Amino acid sequence: MKRRKSIETILSHAGLCSDPATGAISTPIYQTATFGHPRLGESTGFDYSRTSNPTRLVLERMLADLEQGNRAYAFSSGMAAITSLMTLFKPGDKVLVSDDLYGGTYRLFEKTFKPWNLNAEFVDFSDLAAVEQSLDRNVKAFFIETPTNPLMKITDLKKAAKLACTHDALVIVDNTFMTPYCQRPIPLGADIVVHSGTKYLSGHNDTLAGVVVAKTAGLAAKIGFIQNATGAVLAPFDSWLVLRGLKTLAVRMDRSQENAATVAAWLTKRKGVRTVYFPGLSGHPGQRIHKTQSSGPGAIISFRVAGPAVVKKIINRVKTITFAESLGGVESLITYPISQTHADICAAMRDRIGVTDDLLRLSIGIESCDDLIADLDQAIG
Amino acid sequence: MHTASRDAATGALSIPIYNASTFHQADVEKPQEWEYGRGGNPTRRALEELLAKLENGAAGFAFSSGMAAMTTAVMAFVKAGDHIVATRDIYGGTYRLLTGFLPKFGIMHTFVDMTDAQNIERAIGKSTTLILLESPSNPLLRLTDIEAVAGIAKKHGILTILDNTFMTPYLQRPLDLGIDVSVHSATKFLGGHSDLIAGAVIVKAPERAGAVKFTQNTCGAVLGPQDSWLLIRGIKTLSARMDTQGANALRVAEWLAEQPWTSQVYYPGLSAHPGHEIFKRQATGFGAVVSVKTDTVERALAIMKRVKLWNVAVSLGGVESILSYPRLMSHASIPTTEREALGITDTVLRLSIGLEDVEDLIEDLEQAALTPP
Repeated sequence: MKRRKSIETILSHAGLCSDPATGAISTPIYQTATFGHPRLGESTGFDYSRTSNPTRLVLERMLADLEQGNRAYAFSSGMAAITSLMTLFKPGDKVLVSDDLYGGTYRLFEKTFKPWNLNAEFVDFSDLAAVEQSLDRNVKAFFIETPTNPLMKITDLKKAAKLACTHDALVIVDNTFMTPYCQRPIPLGADIVVHSGTKYLSGHNDTLAGVVVAKTAGLAAKIGFIQNATGAVLAPFDSWLVLRGLKTLAVRMDRSQENAATVAAWLTKRKGVRTVYFPGLSGHPGQRIHKTQSSGPGAIISFRVAGPAVVKKIINRVKTITFAESLGGVESLITYPISQTHADICAAMRDRIGVTDDLLRLSIGIESCDDLIADLDQAIG
Repeated sequence: MHTASRDAATGALSIPIYNASTFHQADVEKPQEWEYGRGGNPTRRALEELLAKLENGAAGFAFSSGMAAMTTAVMAFVKAGDHIVATRDIYGGTYRLLTGFLPKFGIMHTFVDMTDAQNIERAIGKSTTLILLESPSNPLLRLTDIEAVAGIAKKHGILTILDNTFMTPYLQRPLDLGIDVSVHSATKFLGGHSDLIAGAVIVKAPERAGAVKFTQNTCGAVLGPQDSWLLIRGIKTLSARMDTQGANALRVAEWLAEQPWTSQVYYPGLSAHPGHEIFKRQATGFGAVVSVKTDTVERALAIMKRVKLWNVAVSLGGVESILSYPRLMSHASIPTTEREALGITDTVLRLSIGLEDVEDLIEDLEQAALTPP
């Protein structure tokens, strides 16, 4: 059997020689809305860029290959990807969703889809027995983040997929934090993978993007219809930026994860820091499962301090690390979930899951680890 | 033309392209102007402010495509159980949204011939919350008395959305005529160069902006900064392009009307075009889209196959002339019987007239129509 090229090779060749006309190493940016037909009724395969654009298609094929799915679709943002995906379902359907999740996803479910009677129930997916309790015949899908945002809870994907199967439910995994470099949900049993490509895939905090990868041709066709009909497509230039970012995904993830492991270990010993959440720390709940389904701990660390006053002090004092939303770029960022990424989640749920005013989230980049630790050290004081 | 073209920080006469997904927060305790690209991006904002100014609306919003704009506008204002009254001959993609996507969510519709505004009155029911119109319509350029529709809508407390793609605010300002929301495929005349896909929604009343902003942010079908910048760039030449393309279109329409092999020409600028007088009240130009019905199917197909200068493609609104065949292209989503009942038969050609020398365009059409097989 022909050996599948290793992922580092696949990534560094993202878009390589995709232009048959010239052999250009870098994918051309097809900055075009429409395409000439050689003859009436004959198409080059491209008619209108909303439906399909050659630059976007190179990216989409790359993503399908990386996630080992049948077909991938690129959208103008992660939220556009999730919105489009959710319109696969209909009123009366229910989706069981990881209860520790990005606030924008929560907002979409509660404010946009709930009024349409498309309901989400938020459950702790690190406890599949609890998930089973919530299964009823309206449940049509699981929507899982693993590790979760921001408390790094782990879900056993294989077991979750088996459970979903008994109920004929689809398994959707938001793989933003891990990326296909570290975790591939489809071979583990997922039906659909979703990404905010804005984060690690592009890797430079310079473009928004969303991705949906479908395991089967049947699902792919349905998602393709939605992408075309509702048109939240990723533009050619931005597709090209994501492709460019993918080329360094492996080295960026390697360096970020290495840094994150060192920073996390340092944080556990640092005075003034209470709990540290990082899948790479021994004793992290679910670490054993995480190690069976992924090849790295990721580069996101959450940690608790004494309270909002300390939070404010740290945020105001960091110099190397930037206080901003988002994550996954080459530059390290610090975020305050309760007021930023998770602000839309109702207080009761935030309290229940532990997103409180003493929690900070770090996205570790590829700076010198010593500089990052020195910065945190002076900021924590 | 001058709005959105100056960078405050440096005075640059072209707004920078902010390829940024996130922004440094100066103060943890206070919300900042720029937080995350999906919610707001300076390049996109410059475009959105420009769109609002052009349409004389309170706020503008830019999307990744016309369909994304249309979908977002509907999602912002319509809920499950609502009913929409829509123009009967409408772009195929909008038709598909209304018939193939929204009904699943309990949003129903009725198509109405809006050349007579009273037909709308008859179609309104208890659950009607939206009137969705195109004027001129695509592709037969049927005209609606916009003010009359706005009046009917207001009487019933119904929202109106008008797809102003063909005219652009340079020629027609629906919000000034009483319409609540203007929607565009900015891919077409606004962009003007067939080089980007984009959509726009502009609301008249400030209190309507919140719903669109929320849906744009939550569902995230935003236009990227690069394409926002390209769209601003395109808009700079909108007036010059529309003027010349409109003049070309009138000449082409008049010439087509004289040809023995055409059975009908559709162009608001022809005095025989139904609604021509109403149109002059609500628009300051006739646009650059002309449709024509040929005498035979063979003629229509021959023209499509033999033109050399005209581009055979989907879409419209660019500086290069495009010849489309609605039956197989823009209106392929509409089932045959319905499509033919609307008059979009296999003899209809749609011409988007560009900036070429109009005599060159005419010469090419003539050779394509008359060359023996």
